[in-house]
Amino acid sequence: MRWRRYGEHAALLDCTSLEEMSAARATLTQAALDGVEEIVPGARTLLVVASGGALEAARSLLASADLSHPPAADVREVVLDVRYSGEDLALVAEDAGLSVDEVVTLHTSAVYTVAFTGFAPGFGYLAGLPVELQQPRLSSPRTRVPAGSVAIADEYTGVYPRESPGGWRLIGHTEATLFDPSAEQPALFTPGLRVRFRSV
Amino acid sequence: MRALEIVSPGSLALVQDLGRPGYAHLGVPPSGALDVDALRLGNRLVGNPEDAAGIETVLGGLAIRAAASCTAAVTGPPVAVSVDGREMGSHTPIPLQPGQKLTIGRPATGLRNYLTVSGGIAVPPVLGSRSTDVLSGLGPSPLEAGTTVPLGPVSGVPSGADVVTASPAPPELTVPVVLGPRDDWFADAASALNAQWTVTAESNRVGVRLDGPPLRRVSTVSNSELPSEGVLTGAIQVPPNGLPLVFLADHPTTGGYPVVAVVRRASLGALAQARPGTLVRFHASF
Repeated sequence: MRWRRYGEHAALLDCTSLEEMSAARATLTQAALDGVEEIVPGARTLLVVASGGALEAARSLLASADLSHPPAADVREVVLDVRYSGEDLALVAEDAGLSVDEVVTLHTSAVYTVAFTGFAPGFGYLAGLPVELQQPRLSSPRTRVPAGSVAIADEYTGVYPRESPGGWRLIGHTEATLFDPSAEQPALFTPGLRVRFRSV
Repeated sequence: MRALEIVSPGSLALVQDLGRPGYAHLGVPPSGALDVDALRLGNRLVGNPEDAAGIETVLGGLAIRAAASCTAAVTGPPVAVSVDGREMGSHTPIPLQPGQKLTIGRPATGLRNYLTVSGGIAVPPVLGSRSTDVLSGLGPSPLEAGTTVPLGPVSGVPSGADVVTASPAPPELTVPVVLGPRDDWFADAASALNAQWTVTAESNRVGVRLDGPPLRRVSTVSNSELPSEGVLTGAIQVPPNGLPLVFLADHPTTGGYPVVAVVRRASLGALAQARPGTLVRFHASF
């Protein structure tokens, strides 16, 4: 773990693994320190924006925290129903050397964790994709990916919250609402949430 | 109803307030006025709280008609402001009667002027802000001719007490930055950033794009990829082509290219006013 300066009002915690980052995020989120304005997880980092002495407080909190036993504050889990009929499903199966049914079985048997967000409001990078399904993004991104598309890329799976361009491999579709700015909880996927997919 | 009619939006007119910070962990950009000081000043001039929503223009050209009595002000770079053809000046409270038309000219320097109106622009907020976020599409659509925007209730007295000197946007900027978090990816980052950069026409509310001598990565990371990490307004991101991009308010919340340095907050407004062709040097401190 190493802190790096990030401008005048923030610092970036460089972690050795996704697990360490998640533990630091959970610890800091639960502490709800006064003056901490944003806690932005990345794949191996945690960006902390704070005013006053809150940055120093966050540093000392994490220096003394037992990150091998992080608070289990958000073990919430959601299950999304997915129609596995994505445009790239056959390609994914072929590249993995598996049948389409085996791809679906693998994707639905894993338990995922929302590691971090970005790309669009409500888009989560879900860690926990089985190694057999880890494939690079498409060499040429689509200009239009429909909302609700369930996709994979590299070590992540994710769901497009709204129609947008995108280069992930599309394997299915869900009717779930991923982002609704008028809802009390605008994003379904918040960092730390556990997610499973069910084939329908 | 207290309202304004948009007669002409000019090249781009967007509702902006102080944005929607606090949602970055959900992938929501901060958005908000790019020249925050100009919006705050405009609000003070018309008696609003500093965080009320105004209209951010690019290269002027905005014309509005008042549907009710109100007080308006135009801030940002110095610019001609007329009411029914009569020149009134920028950076001063202007009383408007119902039916009167206010027109913002084209600023001689800078990019973004702010029209503030007593009561503030009162379109419905999204996640606590009325700002239009051009990256994520949150907030109201860009303003179009013929649309009417509501004004909120008047809450204060227009302030004539502000001593306001409008300063032109300079043709050359020296921008103070704090090195890091990934300055160690680049050969001699501080002096490389101190080169002469030129603002390009591809710049927008997402970021200011610069052209100049590309930053070179050190050999140990020349072919490395950075796992996605959080980014903030003012972060100077360097893609593989070595040409820096300074993120402004509508930036993505995470990114996969290294951030070599971060612009000090007090200089973000000046950078957001920099026209294509403006020369920029970054001055690094620790």
